[in-house]
Amino acid sequence: MNINDIVKPENLVYQKSKLLTSKPFHYCPGCGHGTVHRIIAEVLEELGIDERTIGVSPVGCAVMAYDYFDVDFAEAAHGRAPACATGIKRVWPDKIVFTYQGDGDLAAIGTCETIHTCNRGENLTMIFVNNGIYGMTGGQMAPTTLIGMKTATTPYGRKPQWEDGTPNNGFPLQITNIISTLPGTRYVTRQAVNTPARVRNAKKAIKKAFENQMNNKNGVNFVEIVSNCNSNWKMSAVDANKWLDENMLPVYPLGDIKDNFELIKK
Amino acid sequence: MGELKLMKGNEALAEAAIRYGCDAYFGYPITPQSEVIEYLSEQNPYERTGMVVLQAESELAAINMVYAAGASGKRVMTSSSSPGICLKQEGLAYIAGAEVPCVYADVVRGGPGLGTIQPSQADYFQACKGGGNGDYHNIVLAPASVQEMADFVALGFDMAFKYRIAVCILSDGAIGQMMEKVVLPEQKARMTEEEIKAKYPWALSGRKRGTQHRVITSLDLDSAKMEEHNRHLQRKYDEITKNEIRWEEIETKDAEYVFVAYGSSARIAQKAVQLGRAEGLKVGLLRPITLWPYPTKAIDALIDKGVKGFLSVELSCGQMIEDVRLACNGRAKAEHFGRVGGIIHTPEEVLAAMKKQIIGE
Repeated sequence: MNINDIVKPENLVYQKSKLLTSKPFHYCPGCGHGTVHRIIAEVLEELGIDERTIGVSPVGCAVMAYDYFDVDFAEAAHGRAPACATGIKRVWPDKIVFTYQGDGDLAAIGTCETIHTCNRGENLTMIFVNNGIYGMTGGQMAPTTLIGMKTATTPYGRKPQWEDGTPNNGFPLQITNIISTLPGTRYVTRQAVNTPARVRNAKKAIKKAFENQMNNKNGVNFVEIVSNCNSNWKMSAVDANKWLDENMLPVYPLGDIKDNFELIKK
Repeated sequence: MGELKLMKGNEALAEAAIRYGCDAYFGYPITPQSEVIEYLSEQNPYERTGMVVLQAESELAAINMVYAAGASGKRVMTSSSSPGICLKQEGLAYIAGAEVPCVYADVVRGGPGLGTIQPSQADYFQACKGGGNGDYHNIVLAPASVQEMADFVALGFDMAFKYRIAVCILSDGAIGQMMEKVVLPEQKARMTEEEIKAKYPWALSGRKRGTQHRVITSLDLDSAKMEEHNRHLQRKYDEITKNEIRWEEIETKDAEYVFVAYGSSARIAQKAVQLGRAEGLKVGLLRPITLWPYPTKAIDALIDKGVKGFLSVELSCGQMIEDVRLACNGRAKAEHFGRVGGIIHTPEEVLAAMKKQIIGE
């Protein structure tokens, strides 16, 4: 028996999305980016919108996302992806435009662009991967870094204030909750990809975020993915996924926050 | 002939953009150029031609909207004034690296910092020598009239798309704010999606299945590729320098001493030429229209014809003078004269400076 006897269409239960290129990911083994890329590619393929999709990649670990998706892409300056996406969508209102950003990009240097793009109610899909750390630059504090979490710039743990009350590193920024209060956001949800069930939920959410854009003229569709950074968290991939459950999710709980412009009451 | 109107420079720029078939304007208010976005908003070009006008949350956001909309093959512009242009330098560097066509107007005011809202030409270095990071140039056009504020929109877009480059219309508070008669061009149609796809295969517009997807980026971590990209940019700049240098000469045929001035300073220097000629002085004016690429060869030719000295007249403490001296290369005397802080020199003091600094009593 050789491989061709096994790999037959009728035996095929899973394959790589056609919208992922053959370029090997540069992401660390165990990192959530690869999974998020895959489910976005699957959604674009299932919706059949690859010929009219334009992505915007950030500065950060996903800066070269344009190498992995087989759709047109613009690479944005640090934090400016929502402004870039606004520019594209305004001149190409019939195209499907999405941003892909990390926490430093979206919630620190790009906070202004994030908030105002959401507040204008641009008809966009925004994917926000939150792993609580700056990955690409080597593990510095992010706006979403948890209190007490050790990073290269908070080597003794993030300390919002000194003992005498003087401000120090500030608090974890709940950017997704902030933008959910803006009238321009249509759909806001927080998902994760650290278990198979959550990957399926995250994919459903991303699909909805794209379908909403296809079916409407306005409203930001915002999907936060709480993810890991096993390299800079200095853990094994398995431990990082466990740590995510125990530490990230109490601060960033999963689930839909807003749907059809209405905040979901809990 | 087009329509004759009395307009401010800033309004003429805005109206010319609509008539050129510009697809989008992304801006942020700042004195002395807020009339551009006000006029566009009042004219409602979204109804007239489908042109998008968006007041962004900052100059940073505006230039990044320009970057990505320009990357889509659309004719996109922005405008600002000096402190706002500082914020736009980030985007302009990305635009240069990723070779995105666009037009931006800088209606210069005095600096440094918040400076003053009065006219200035103290951002010559920023416009012509970089501003953002990396080895790059933008084409810089210097209008000296309301008519040129209108005309340079079309010229700017034509050059921007020919070379995939940002074109700066380097104006100042005087040219932006003053009213003059202007002949406006006929309304052109905006390009259709099919036209854009056919003409600009690099433009982000959704890739056809089975074809290579397009990427607009300024990044390449492969040093050899990045060096080659830089060489490619330099070859492009050489090509532009070969083809696109523009200037105007007034009374230079028999001139022995020549004012070099652009924009509003050129208007004043032109009057100083008249005053000097009335006194029997053989003075003339060289007005650079492109500040980058600089009309070095025009200065060279004037020296060959016997010009003995140049006075660079600028609303700055001496910026363009560096390019005048480089062009002279020691073959002729070159000095600077300028008022700053929002004060505009008079023709009389400009002529007096020529006599004192160049001709000698």
